Amino acid sequence: MPYEQPDATGHFGRFGGRFMPEALIAPLDELDRAWTEAKADPVFTAELDRMLREYANVPSPLYEATRFSEAVGARILLKREDLNHTGAHKIRNVLGQALLAKRIGKPRAIAETGAGQHGVASATACAYLDLECTVYMGEVDTERQALNVARMRMLGAEVVPVTTGSRTLKDAINEALRDWVASVDHTSYLFGTAAGPHPFPSMVRDLTRGIGDEARAQVLELTGSLPDAAVACVGGGSNAIGLFTAFVDDADVQLLGVEAGGDGFDTGRHAATITAGDVGVLHGARSYLLQDQDGQTIESHSISAGLDYPGVGPEHAHLAATGRARYVPATDADAMAAFDLLCKTEGIIPAIESAHALAGAQALAKELGPDATILVNLSGRGDKDVHTAAEWFGLIDGPVVLDEGVEE
Amino acid sequence: MTRMSAIDELFEKTRAENRAVLVGYLPAGFPDVKTSIAAIEAMVSAGVDLVEVGLPYSDPVMDGPVIQAAADQALSNGIRTTDVLEVARASAATGAPTVVMTYWNPVERFGVERFAAELAAAGGAGLITPDLVPDEAAEWIAASEQHGLDRVFLVAPSSTDARLALTADASSGFIYAAAVMGVTGAREQTSSLAPTLVERVRAVTSTPVGVGLGVSNGEQAHEVATFADAVIVGSALVKALHTGGIDGVATLAAELRAGVER
Repeated sequence: MPYEQPDATGHFGRFGGRFMPEALIAPLDELDRAWTEAKADPVFTAELDRMLREYANVPSPLYEATRFSEAVGARILLKREDLNHTGAHKIRNVLGQALLAKRIGKPRAIAETGAGQHGVASATACAYLDLECTVYMGEVDTERQALNVARMRMLGAEVVPVTTGSRTLKDAINEALRDWVASVDHTSYLFGTAAGPHPFPSMVRDLTRGIGDEARAQVLELTGSLPDAAVACVGGGSNAIGLFTAFVDDADVQLLGVEAGGDGFDTGRHAATITAGDVGVLHGARSYLLQDQDGQTIESHSISAGLDYPGVGPEHAHLAATGRARYVPATDADAMAAFDLLCKTEGIIPAIESAHALAGAQALAKELGPDATILVNLSGRGDKDVHTAAEWFGLIDGPVVLDEGVEE
Repeated sequence: MTRMSAIDELFEKTRAENRAVLVGYLPAGFPDVKTSIAAIEAMVSAGVDLVEVGLPYSDPVMDGPVIQAAADQALSNGIRTTDVLEVARASAATGAPTVVMTYWNPVERFGVERFAAELAAAGGAGLITPDLVPDEAAEWIAASEQHGLDRVFLVAPSSTDARLALTADASSGFIYAAAVMGVTGAREQTSSLAPTLVERVRAVTSTPVGVGLGVSNGEQAHEVATFADAVIVGSALVKALHTGGIDGVATLAAELRAGVER
């Protein structure tokens, strides 16, 4: 039986759903209806395809990483989402949600951002489509990511530093939700990952699944068969669900999600939500999350700002629970070793987020052996991570001022 | 209705007295557990009829800055779920029906059945659940039936008629009408949306309707009492506790109580 999730009420098995204030339930129903209609409307989909092609540089190429393959001991194919406009897969999601906002006729958009990458993509799409844009960003992150704050403002967005709670991504989401409950009649919430209340997880999946649909065809054309495994990093989970969806019904293709292991998931300083978290409710959905004994959210830690989130999208929780996908942690050190290897063997500087996927692929190559073909989503480019990486490798001195990320 | 709960009896009494029920909210553990209990006792003495004990949560998306800051302080003081239940016990001991207002994850983490059992044992009357809608509440509905607790769900100006009916069906004790599209916090004017919302709820149920979000003084309480069965005050009491201590809470509660007389 083909995989069909979620159900009509937004549940992926026992996960997902809507744990939201009643005030937002009717607007979420409207959004669900609007998206269902839009994606069935050939005029809308043709316009989105055109924007992706002409503006965002999609479809992204598939690249055979020959020297990296030799180094890790399996055939590694990279889906080059790092070559998209704004430097990551995020633009696919945001263009779709912003075009839907135009269609619904809401002139204002809000977004949350951690490191700034979804905020930059949102500001970009809003400039392109003439929407007013407000981005909520934890105060701690605005200080760490001053350059991305400047980028968003350059693109015409208002950036609001969030000073509540831990002053990071989760609090930026809280503040965006507080804005939205008061502004929903004229404001769309451009949600940055495949999490949150229904319909966001499935809508974001619909918008990012091009990654896997394209890659599946590209791998078939290049090799004549499906890959043995598809690998992606997982923070909230948008690039991973975008890659996995095309392969869910291909039982012979292993799906591997790589979470941020931080200092090691046994140290307590990590963002490996599925590996080391528990089932609970956060930001509108039931999924895995990092929480204490009383259900209070625990702050996550990762060298990758884009993976630094204590929750994860509900469909990943479902894929983990059913065993269809496997989720493993890669530590900061594992990820940075893979980062270094890709730089030196291929001349590609990956996002540190994507370096987690490369680390996962490296470990998987040892399991599967030299005959295996492993597809890896290179979800973003690493220009933004140069300072963090240079500091990690001891190439420069001084404090981190440009520690940006892709938010997975 | 199979039985009268403490909340049902309260609404019957205030109806006979021709006034609205005054509902007062304070978070457990703000500024500390002991003071939060003393503040609840003071507001009940000054005329609050029904107490909402807030369970401080790390991610309160329905709350404005006053309640967020109070929750942050309670959490950094180390408040635990078991402490909240102790505050509820002390509150119930005043004789005022006491409900816990809580985001859903702490209840799920504690165990829905266990939370219901312990709240009932502490003398609690029910739960207000700002981020749990009836659609997701099967486990809570079963546990509340089992332990004789009331279920206070929220309705909002954006709720469709169908959702009002569904929510009213699942609710007991009273229905919490969020008067504005927005988060908790004092507002200068009472909401123009609230009377219409109350009217729409009354069209689908005989369960009493309380109005909250934005009521902060006696005058506003009086205005809301003309069309609602209960007037719910939160942020203003938290602020009074923060700035004026126990006496500040008592003074405001007395003013609000005078306001809810019709």
